[in-house]
Amino acid sequence: MTVILNQSFTGISIGAVLLLIALGLTLTFGQMGVINMAHGEFIMAGAYTTYVLQKSISSAGVSLLVALPVAFLVAGAMGALLEWLLIRRLYTRPLDTLLVTWGVSLMLQQLARDVFGAPNVQTHAPDLLTGNISLGGGITLANNRLFILGLALLCVLGLTLILRLTPLGRRVRAVVQNRDLAEVSGIATERVDRTTFFIGSGLAGVAGVALTLVGPIGPTMGTNYIVDAFLVVVVGGIGQLKGSVITAFVLGVLQSVLEYSTTVSVAKVAVLVAIVAFLQWRPQGLYTLRTRSLA
Amino acid sequence: MSGLSISRRGLLAGVSAIGASAALSACGAKTGSDTSSGSGATADTSGSTVKVGLLNSLSGTMAISEVTVHNALLLAVKEINAAGGVLGKKLKPISQDGASDWPTFAEKAEALIKNDEVVATFGCWTSASRKAVKPVFERYKSLLFYPVQYEGLEQSPYIFYIGATTNQQIVPALDYLKKQGLTKLYLVGSDYVFPRTANKIIKAYAKANGMEVLGEDYAPLGSTEFSTITNKVKDSGADAVFNTLNGDSNVAFFKEYKSAGLTAKKMPVLSVSIAEEEVKSIGTQYLQDQLTAWNYYQTTPGAANETFVKAYQAAYGAGKPTSDPMEAAYISVYLWKAMVEKAGSFDVAKVRAAADGIVLDAPEGKVTVDGATQHVYKTARIGKVGSDGLITEVWNSGKPVKPDPYLKGYSWASGL
Amino acid sequence: MTTSTTSPAKKVSVAQPPVSPLERFRVPAAFLAGAVLLLGIAPLVLSDFRLNLLAKYLCYAIVAVGVSLAWGRGGLLVLGQGVFFGLGGYAMAMHLKLADAADTGQALPDFMQLYGTSDALPWWWKPFANPAFALAMTVVLPMAVAALLGFLVFRRRVKGAYFAILSQALAAALSIWLIGQQATTGGTNGLTDIQGFFGYSLNDPVNQRMVYLIIVVVLLLLMAAARQLFVSRYGELLVAVRDCEERVRFLGYNPANVKLIAYVVAAGMAGLAGALFVPAVGIISPALIGIVPSIGFVIGAAVGGRASLVGAVLGAIAVAWAQSTLSDAFPAAWTYAQGLLFIVAVGFLPGGLASLPTVVRNRRTTTARSGEAA
Repeated sequence: MTVILNQSFTGISIGAVLLLIALGLTLTFGQMGVINMAHGEFIMAGAYTTYVLQKSISSAGVSLLVALPVAFLVAGAMGALLEWLLIRRLYTRPLDTLLVTWGVSLMLQQLARDVFGAPNVQTHAPDLLTGNISLGGGITLANNRLFILGLALLCVLGLTLILRLTPLGRRVRAVVQNRDLAEVSGIATERVDRTTFFIGSGLAGVAGVALTLVGPIGPTMGTNYIVDAFLVVVVGGIGQLKGSVITAFVLGVLQSVLEYSTTVSVAKVAVLVAIVAFLQWRPQGLYTLRTRSLA
Repeated sequence: MSGLSISRRGLLAGVSAIGASAALSACGAKTGSDTSSGSGATADTSGSTVKVGLLNSLSGTMAISEVTVHNALLLAVKEINAAGGVLGKKLKPISQDGASDWPTFAEKAEALIKNDEVVATFGCWTSASRKAVKPVFERYKSLLFYPVQYEGLEQSPYIFYIGATTNQQIVPALDYLKKQGLTKLYLVGSDYVFPRTANKIIKAYAKANGMEVLGEDYAPLGSTEFSTITNKVKDSGADAVFNTLNGDSNVAFFKEYKSAGLTAKKMPVLSVSIAEEEVKSIGTQYLQDQLTAWNYYQTTPGAANETFVKAYQAAYGAGKPTSDPMEAAYISVYLWKAMVEKAGSFDVAKVRAAADGIVLDAPEGKVTVDGATQHVYKTARIGKVGSDGLITEVWNSGKPVKPDPYLKGYSWASGL
Repeated sequence: MTTSTTSPAKKVSVAQPPVSPLERFRVPAAFLAGAVLLLGIAPLVLSDFRLNLLAKYLCYAIVAVGVSLAWGRGGLLVLGQGVFFGLGGYAMAMHLKLADAADTGQALPDFMQLYGTSDALPWWWKPFANPAFALAMTVVLPMAVAALLGFLVFRRRVKGAYFAILSQALAAALSIWLIGQQATTGGTNGLTDIQGFFGYSLNDPVNQRMVYLIIVVVLLLLMAAARQLFVSRYGELLVAVRDCEERVRFLGYNPANVKLIAYVVAAGMAGLAGALFVPAVGIISPALIGIVPSIGFVIGAAVGGRASLVGAVLGAIAVAWAQSTLSDAFPAAWTYAQGLLFIVAVGFLPGGLASLPTVVRNRRTTTARSGEAA
């Protein structure tokens, strides 16, 4: 029983990481249909932001809290720049975007290597986040995982509110559902695109800050997460936040259960095969939005 | 249209004829025939300089570790040149980038031997890259000096293994754990040849020494999700963890380990792939008081090491740590120099013949080349990570351990 | 070809020039020139080492022929070619390892003796001792996997981005699986130290040349076959599916089958390339299968010109060459250059370098015209 409960929490915490890294993609890929392979490098930018801030702010807790909004702005600005320089020229060619942003991701990785050095760097986690809460009976919840879970849910909530309630959200949804009609209705679609991309990339930066608590911080850290993040959005279905949320947690629990009973490799392969099989059943993902075809 | 296809067909026939005749005319040696007819190394030793090859990953995922080894190699070459070179000839280092890709390593090894005509090559890190270049060095009868601890079970006549083999690192580490009364082990490793072979040895040792292996888990290289493995470790009730994880995975593993409430006091982790450089990137917050097994630490006492650390930091920056593979790379150039000088020639056969018994007062202590296995006698050292990020020795084997890559001298290892 | 006098009407004709008598022989002549260069001149002027490198690049070029078909003509971004390359390579390497072991009187390949868990050869290794079976498998295995996957995926109209990401996931899964089965696949090391090639020692430079010539002949044959396919009725249909799948469906064709053929043929070519890579380089490993190498296979074709057969082949060779020459001298600068190359070639020159003459000509036309207007 303890094992089951502990593993469920592990699954949920894996899911929270997946959700956080995929959240930005639900906007840029899910809403806009842009396959941005440099998304992982925006995560990296967020992690390095934490590292840089920690050099000037000695308190680990304060620097982490400051890093969240700063990383959002840094990664968001990088995203907006990328959108303006390259991606807006490629909206009609989603597959080419994939390869172009792959090139961008290579360059950003090398840039990180030149600026921060090839080895991983370390950040100091606040002591509060390195411990765990014991619920008795051998069940423990790790604080850093709880923090990530809370952060992910907060981001989902914020994003939902923005998309549902604000004029910006209305414009984003209008552009996703029918770009031409939105444009003739007087929506500046280019500006909406850039804002959407800014928010999506900024969320990657936030994810990067959170990942400093659980993973390595180095030039290639983005590559560890990018494919998983895309799979979450693909399985979740484009244009739907709730699809990605459910998928992230289901994949997390699936991974942790399989991993516990078999090995990591087998679990990974099994999850990938399960995804391929699932897409046979629902090629458009868990939830679909009636929209123009993606490609 | 029809004219086009007819002409093409004619062309095709012609081309295939050329190809077939060319292929038929070129029947070389069969397998199993004497392959010594294959050209040996044609090292160029005529000028006032000789070239040495440095084969490391300067790009890609392994660059993190291999660049430091590359730096150490360059330092040794520079020092040797400043002291007059080898047999009166200056060394010219030729760097090739293995790019963390095994076939590229093979290609670059061939480039060094065939194009640059180097007299010897230093480098490689992963076992996979060594396995990839081994046939190349054997084919051209050229020498490789390999500076990293590895899984043993290999003895190529054209490779000198300067890092530890299993009985100089894994086995002493197990001796240490046993002595400390930590007899129930959990094995965690990256999924590649070194951890799997190491764990096979550990299991055989445990069986013969009344120790217990409670679990064994492998994570794909580069994996950064360790919550489940940590849960398993925690539930197992083990006394200690034997960690053969590599690279990025260590960072994620130790962060997870700490947040699960596991500490060096409760369940120490003995790592064999975490050196000073890795400590820096993981953080002492997570690593303090955990154990490592190597043959050299930056803090190893002795004048030779003081000189080495000083020279390295003068060349590459004051805060730069030195580590075991860097030290092994550094001494590998000096060992080769001693062999060449004893042989009085750069000739590979003569250098190999001269290798046995070469002694060097190295930063890690006294090392002696064992000519029969082409490994070196090394002192095994267990260290503890301090709060300053340096590793201090808590135990050593007392004297250099004779290399035994196939563990022939250990009765419990006979079944491996 | 077109003259220097330009008019808007001429600009259209650039894309599809009328076939003049000269034009008719241009392709076979270029083909012949390429054959003479690769079969006749290259072996004479290049050292053993360089020729061996060229052999490796030509293996990538063979993959690019398939990429040109599936992606350039069919619009399928095949980001999982590493899978098929690897299947072909492993099929070949398994046979060669067994043959090496038999030569030295061993029952098991060397790595199994060291790292294996049992003294018996795994059942799925056994058939590969037969050379004909292994040779067939280098092509059949990748094609079968592609057929299965393609059938499932195209039938459900999974396309575009989804297909690309699925291919990547598959490449990742295969490479993780191979690494996890160290006792029977060699794990991360892969299958290395291959000594012989169907009875001929690979240590002999003469035999290395033979391998090179075989690779050239295979490449030329596949290029000729692919070109035949391009100009055939099927080739037209494939382009039609790429450009507007719905319309093709309304015309009564099943686009899924059209795409499936291109995908399977491209997979077969990648498998063959992998099989030839093994004797040329002497190693096959999971490092050649994952996501990064799979993207690498596509990039060469993208740089050279995905829809142009010659462009894709030359692009693959050029990128591989640049990778191995420039990365030593400038490891950091090369990474930047590589990134920039992808961005420029794919983003701003979608036809690749092969389209450069056309682009320049059109640009000149445009600027000339805008000059007139001003």
